Amino acid sequence: MKLSRKEVQHIAELARLALSDEEQALYQEQLSAILDYFERLREIDTETISPTATVLPLRGVMRDDVTQPPFPRDDILANAPDSEDGCFQVPAVLE
Amino acid sequence: MIHELTIHEARDRLVAGEFTAVELAEAVLERILAVDNLVKAYLTLTPEDVLAQARAADERRAAGENEPLLGIPLAIKDVLCTKGVPTTCGSRILERFVPPYDATAVARLKAAGALLLGKTNNDEFAMGSSTENSAFFTTHNPWDLDRVPGGSSGGSAAAVVADECLGALGTDTGGSVRQPASLCGIVGLKPTYGRVSRYGLVAYASSLDQVGVLTKDVTDAALLLRCIAGHDPRDSTSWDVPVPDYAAGLTGDVRGVRVGVPKEYFVAGMQPEVEAAVRAAVDVLAGLGAAVAEVSLPHTDYALPVYYLIAPAEASANLARYDGVRYSLRVTSGGLGEMYTATRGQGFGPEVKRRIMLGTYALSAGYYDAYYLKAQKVRTLIKADFDAAFEEVDVIVAPTSPTTAFRIGEKADDPLQMYLSDVLTLSMNLAGNCGLSLPCGFDEAGLPVGLQVMGPALGEEQVLRVAYAYEQATEWHLKRPSIRA
Repeated sequence: MKLSRKEVQHIAELARLALSDEEQALYQEQLSAILDYFERLREIDTETISPTATVLPLRGVMRDDVTQPPFPRDDILANAPDSEDGCFQVPAVLE
Repeated sequence: MIHELTIHEARDRLVAGEFTAVELAEAVLERILAVDNLVKAYLTLTPEDVLAQARAADERRAAGENEPLLGIPLAIKDVLCTKGVPTTCGSRILERFVPPYDATAVARLKAAGALLLGKTNNDEFAMGSSTENSAFFTTHNPWDLDRVPGGSSGGSAAAVVADECLGALGTDTGGSVRQPASLCGIVGLKPTYGRVSRYGLVAYASSLDQVGVLTKDVTDAALLLRCIAGHDPRDSTSWDVPVPDYAAGLTGDVRGVRVGVPKEYFVAGMQPEVEAAVRAAVDVLAGLGAAVAEVSLPHTDYALPVYYLIAPAEASANLARYDGVRYSLRVTSGGLGEMYTATRGQGFGPEVKRRIMLGTYALSAGYYDAYYLKAQKVRTLIKADFDAAFEEVDVIVAPTSPTTAFRIGEKADDPLQMYLSDVLTLSMNLAGNCGLSLPCGFDEAGLPVGLQVMGPALGEEQVLRVAYAYEQATEWHLKRPSIRA
């Protein structure tokens, strides 16, 4: 199945990825080829099969509601590109 | 040369006082200095820190301590967080990320006395089969420097076979421990999903990711697994079951063990020397008294599309956190929304963007049922294949990779061809089982062939037992490359 350029742009927008024209063209071609290969899944009748989201037999694991010391704030902010007054700093959301 | 020793050999000789942890660390650092400009296994080295840790290990031993890995220098794949040491995931977007904590697997190695040499190269965010997707450089296969070491844990595998460490941690989401172990001619063990805590492992595909070990022999894999396995309250997907003494089960005796050979794993396009080496290995196991039988895993053909829908879908969600706000790289251009897209567009490499696109598409409105849900249903069938097979046999043996190491650049422009190099390892991650790769021969070009031994969930003991018996009956694990520019 062939993805259109518009579909590629829409997916990139959903994924918040800035793509160049060359990248859009490349992914249009490569993703179409990959999706073609995936068509073989249609051969299998899965009408009565339940999906597997995890193979673990564990469900709803809980722990005791006991507080623990958090990471020091400065250690976390040390990896931020920008911070101020103990907060992550980002460009203006609204003009 | 003491850098050539296995973990268990080095440990015995440290205990006997034949050399110190400082001497061992110096020997390994010297080896790294001699060959890593050719192999390029390491992204980050911490030599001063290693020597300080080694001195401390010697003092602890003098004080009567004897932890299982006291003074043993190991390497860590760069997707596992290491306190105070950069953890880049092979990505520009995390180039300056320095974690404030250790991953549980790393913390447990340290608690067992291990010394950390540094961080090894990998495909960006563990997405790839060759290390060519690292944003920094490609690691070279020590058997032939023009070839890839496999991936994504290619730096760890190359470091082990080049004697640039005594053992290493890797991670395996679709074969990323076993395939590079196969291409580099060492042992690579992927434990059962949930066997090892993933706290501090940078997430790629959360229903598949598992921490594994890369070692020079099966005994070392058993020793390292014992140290890192077990329940961790910080990872709700870690299994709360006892950790056996894996090394104690290595007897060399496989009489009566039922070994299955899946007919679907000898695929079209497989390198004939790979099939021949694996068939010969099956004969060795039969000669040791194992009961060999053919088994069928009928949905094997569908594992590749299932994996490449589920893993990218999970990745597209996991990698949403890299938005220029909290970690390392920010590319500013206009407002907040533009910052997100510009940071991600520049910070991620081509394969990561390809998988985010693929996963986003598979999860998007109108396509979810046809792709993602369909893949999850076929995953149920793949797991049922293994469950049925393990009713009949104790372990399944097959090739790890359909070919030996391929040339750098050979598959770089064709993502689908690259994905096919994982075709024999993906199913096990989808089923959540355990397995390992160990060397079982060489092709005509002198490149190693890997034998994959697979077991059911929590079947590490029987997998290691069969692998050990084969290893002790053969000499492949003793071969080392001579590294030449």
